[in-house]
Amino acid sequence: MSILYIMVPVALALAVTALIAFVWATRSGQFDDPDSQPYRMLFDDEPVDDKRDNSPPPKGE
Amino acid sequence: MTALASSNLSPDVANGVACDHCGLPVPRGLFEPDATVQFCCNGCRTVYDMIRSHGLDDYYRVRDTVDAPRQSARTSGERYQGFDSPAFQAEHCHAVAGGCYVCSDLRLEGVHCAACMWLVERLPKMLPGVASVRLHLRDAVARVIWNPQETQLSSIASTLDRLGYPSHPARHASAAEVRKRNERTQLIRLGVAGACAGNNMLLAIALYAGEFSGIEGQYATLLRAVSAGIGLLSLAWPGSVFFRGAWVALRNRVASLDVPIALALAAGGVAGLVNTIAGTGEIYFDSLSVLVFLLLVGRWFQARQQRWADEAVGLLGSFTPTMCRIVRDQGVAEVPTDSLTPDAIVEVRSGELIPADGVVTVGMSKVDRSLLSGESVAVPVEPDDEVFAGTQNIGSTLHVRVTSTGSDTRVARLMHLVNEGVRDKPAIVQFTDKAAMWFVTVVVAAATATFIGWSLAATTSVAVSHTIALLIVACPCALGLATPLTMAVAIGVAARRQMLVKNASVFEALAGTGRMLLDKTGTITRGRPTVAEWVGPDWLGPVVANAESHSSHPVARALVEAYGDVAIDRAERIPKDVEELGDGGIRAMVDGRPLLVGSPRFLASRRVTLKNSIGDKLAEFESRGLTAIGIALDGTAEAACALGDKIHAAAADAIVGLAKQGWDVTIVSGDAQGVVHRVASEVHLDESRALGGVLPEQKLELVGDNANGRQNTVMIGDGVNDAAALAAADVGIAVEGGAEASLAAADVYVAAPGLMPIVELIELAKRTKRVVRQNLVIALGYNLIAVSLAAAGWITPLIAAILMPISSATVLASAMSVALGSRS
Repeated sequence: MSILYIMVPVALALAVTALIAFVWATRSGQFDDPDSQPYRMLFDDEPVDDKRDNSPPPKGE
Repeated sequence: MTALASSNLSPDVANGVACDHCGLPVPRGLFEPDATVQFCCNGCRTVYDMIRSHGLDDYYRVRDTVDAPRQSARTSGERYQGFDSPAFQAEHCHAVAGGCYVCSDLRLEGVHCAACMWLVERLPKMLPGVASVRLHLRDAVARVIWNPQETQLSSIASTLDRLGYPSHPARHASAAEVRKRNERTQLIRLGVAGACAGNNMLLAIALYAGEFSGIEGQYATLLRAVSAGIGLLSLAWPGSVFFRGAWVALRNRVASLDVPIALALAAGGVAGLVNTIAGTGEIYFDSLSVLVFLLLVGRWFQARQQRWADEAVGLLGSFTPTMCRIVRDQGVAEVPTDSLTPDAIVEVRSGELIPADGVVTVGMSKVDRSLLSGESVAVPVEPDDEVFAGTQNIGSTLHVRVTSTGSDTRVARLMHLVNEGVRDKPAIVQFTDKAAMWFVTVVVAAATATFIGWSLAATTSVAVSHTIALLIVACPCALGLATPLTMAVAIGVAARRQMLVKNASVFEALAGTGRMLLDKTGTITRGRPTVAEWVGPDWLGPVVANAESHSSHPVARALVEAYGDVAIDRAERIPKDVEELGDGGIRAMVDGRPLLVGSPRFLASRRVTLKNSIGDKLAEFESRGLTAIGIALDGTAEAACALGDKIHAAAADAIVGLAKQGWDVTIVSGDAQGVVHRVASEVHLDESRALGGVLPEQKLELVGDNANGRQNTVMIGDGVNDAAALAAADVGIAVEGGAEASLAAADVYVAAPGLMPIVELIELAKRTKRVVRQNLVIALGYNLIAVSLAAAGWITPLIAAILMPISSATVLASAMSVALGSRS
């Protein structure tokens, strides 16, 4: 079981790495706005032209 | 104009036509038979044209994709020149990318769905010079980065305005930066606490398993040392908030739940460290790490909910227009209001806000002072009369000689009072904090008794170990987690019912009884004129509404509201050549006959015959304190309309409900005593409970009188005239349509109309308090069992490990019951 002397530090090192990544992500503002991001990925960067047919709004009478 | 309709509206709504922009029904008065596109309001028309002209038709596709709620667009038509002034730029903008670009945060009205985000972020395509726009959907704050060489903030703001998003500066830039940094620190702290707790639990499982199946001494020492290291880290950094909180509470001699928490954490930390070094006994660090993490989770949720409510109403108010027209010898020029100096002459047209305090030099008009004084009826002014900044000219054009500007105006002095009130506001002592002090006393007594008892019965070392175990199991963990979570859930429930609670401690005050001061204008009444009476032929109503539909005057809006949805019975009666006249009237042609709509004075000046029953009716309306509007065809008065400030539906029921819950309700209004008495009798209040003619400063005094007593004082109001009182009261509640100042000063903003939501809020507060008490009983019950076991020396790590999650889970379930109770 002396492998523990290696495995415990390795496990701690992994945990610290994850923590550093989290701190970096927070500091760079990635958790500032969790509400908008899920929608933003749905929008195309450039509107596709051939889909225009569907786009005009319904006409009134 | 924010009516929401179900999103499954089909293009041809059953009884009408859908707006081509927002899909809501088009009022009949605005239907244009010849046009290919139809709009429900001018806002939608502007936005539709704007979107079309920039080739952004995809907006409509995106909107259907995200299934957005329908909302008509509203534009303000403002030009935002004030945004370019150096003072504004210094406060709200900062240079980025080495000074080549400027960055500013704008808070946008009218943002309601993800499609709004799509549209706002397409701004760089519409306006050259804008580098990027990022919209924070929840806060409705857009961060705009632009090149100052190519464009200006005013162009950006007015483009956003024409897209249906009137902008405001979002908070002081540096204050926002500080807040953001605080939030990130909190989140990092939570993350670190979570990582410590998780890793320590893994080590604890190994140690517990080792305890049962046998573990070699050297490995146990290794695991215990690592566990101690992680535990101390979580106590020293994320856990330091509890020590600091306890220290502040002790130094100021106030009750706080932080005290027993810090006591347990400190006792556990010291004992654990001693045992780790000694190599025997319990080390506790796994429990301590989990404790710190859970407590922080509860607080983080509460802080998040409160901040959201705070942001949602935290508009930076401005009561004076950013631009005004100055009269000089060579003509009239537009200048920023900030640059006005005393003795300048400004021109204020009908419908505009007066930019500074001053004296009328030319013109006769009426001024709506309701924002400042709460008077529901506009006051007539003539030369040499005093007028105040922030009030609205609703008659004809005035020239005003400026006497004081900026921070010397009456409204600015009032705002100063508001800020003082917010600063000196009495803190509401939380029930949990009060209970915590009793709790500390009991725990310390029990610990002393345990120590003395075991010292006599056994050795001192046994006594120390049992006492430490008692102090740790007595930590009010479940309570510390459950109270903030209960508050967070309650704030969430309130928000879903359009009540934004900025500070959870108001639930405490609202759950009790006390004095409740109610403003009249805008709180009990609607605060804007509505049609109270109509005398004349029925077919004329919709015709007048149609003619008035293009005017933004309050009177016009009231008429459109009353008759805009009724169809005009004959096509030839649709008004043509509608013209808004300078002195507050409207002229149009109906069926070949001239139609005039306006005040009796306006009609008289156009030589309309008023010597008939309609003319008498108009005079009667005016004598009753109502606004009289006459309608003339062919030079003869044909119809009379009375406009008044109508009382909210169910206001009387709400006030009876409040009284039944033990509140001592009083109306305090700036309006005339007679009007206030009439309203009081309509809502079944005694005349002695209706105070009229109360100045804003006197409202503040009234609140102050009560704040000195033991009773809670709740102030409910909407205007700037209420803001100081709202800020000073134990609980200030601003109601729908309130001025921005009152929203900023109040603790709660009720965005739903009427007084009924306030009754609901009080019921929610009572339920919240009941759940908090229930949590307290459950949590203390567990602690009592644990403390008794510890005092008897029976507590083992296993029992502690079972008791803690069970108590937390029970209390969490109880906290969630606030939300469940509201659904039934």
